[in-house]
Amino acid sequence: MSQSYNRGLIEDFGRWKEFSAGMWAWIFHKFTGWMLIGYLFTHIAVLSSALNSPEAYTATIQGLESLFLIRILEVGLLAVAVFHIMNGIRLLMVDLGIGLDVQDKSFYASLILTGAITVASVPTFLQGVGF
Amino acid sequence: MAERYSSFAPGGTAWLLQRLTAAFLIVVLAFHFFLLHFVNHAADITFAGTQARMQDVGYFLTMVLFLITATFHGVNGVYNALVNQGLAGTQKKVVLGVLVVAGTALIAQGTWVALVMAGWI
Repeated sequence: MSQSYNRGLIEDFGRWKEFSAGMWAWIFHKFTGWMLIGYLFTHIAVLSSALNSPEAYTATIQGLESLFLIRILEVGLLAVAVFHIMNGIRLLMVDLGIGLDVQDKSFYASLILTGAITVASVPTFLQGVGF
Repeated sequence: MAERYSSFAPGGTAWLLQRLTAAFLIVVLAFHFFLLHFVNHAADITFAGTQARMQDVGYFLTMVLFLITATFHGVNGVYNALVNQGLAGTQKKVVLGVLVVAGTALIAQGTWVALVMAGWI
């Protein structure tokens, strides 16, 4: 049975110490979602260099990839994407009524898995880049 | 029932499409990252390599569908998050219009880029 109650204004970040796991999951999902849609527009803009010439495309990608900052941002993008995927799976489960009793634990699991996958990916993402 | 936090009204069309695209995107986004960072390193990408991938019709269609579903999922997410935060009236209509135009333009631009990458136009 659903039960409604006054959760207060979640957008009031001054209350952050009172936030539950579910509220943090919602905030993180929204934040990572904003990052991903912002990145999608940037991504298509960068790939549009292919409209100029094949050489412009290759030079643009390889030029960006030679920058240490870009590699760090890519690790950040991976972290954002992995969290959004992990928490997204959790949300699909919640909507299907699966694991409602452990929805706080599945949020912590999403965070831990995101951290582990991100850290494990750092060597691959930083391969061959100079400082 | 456990606490439920979502920007979407459950049961609506926007809610359902957000979940259907999510199920597809979970798989394709993971595939995309894996293929272009682990199988092929991003730093080694060249136009020739991109063209070889894009000329595979299955890959091309997957990438275009990826673009369409990701754009819808993102724009629908942004719109519902703003409505959830109290966007209403004329502002709501203007935001919806801007998001529809931006989303359509992104899909058109991305599809054009994919066709050029494949060498089909």
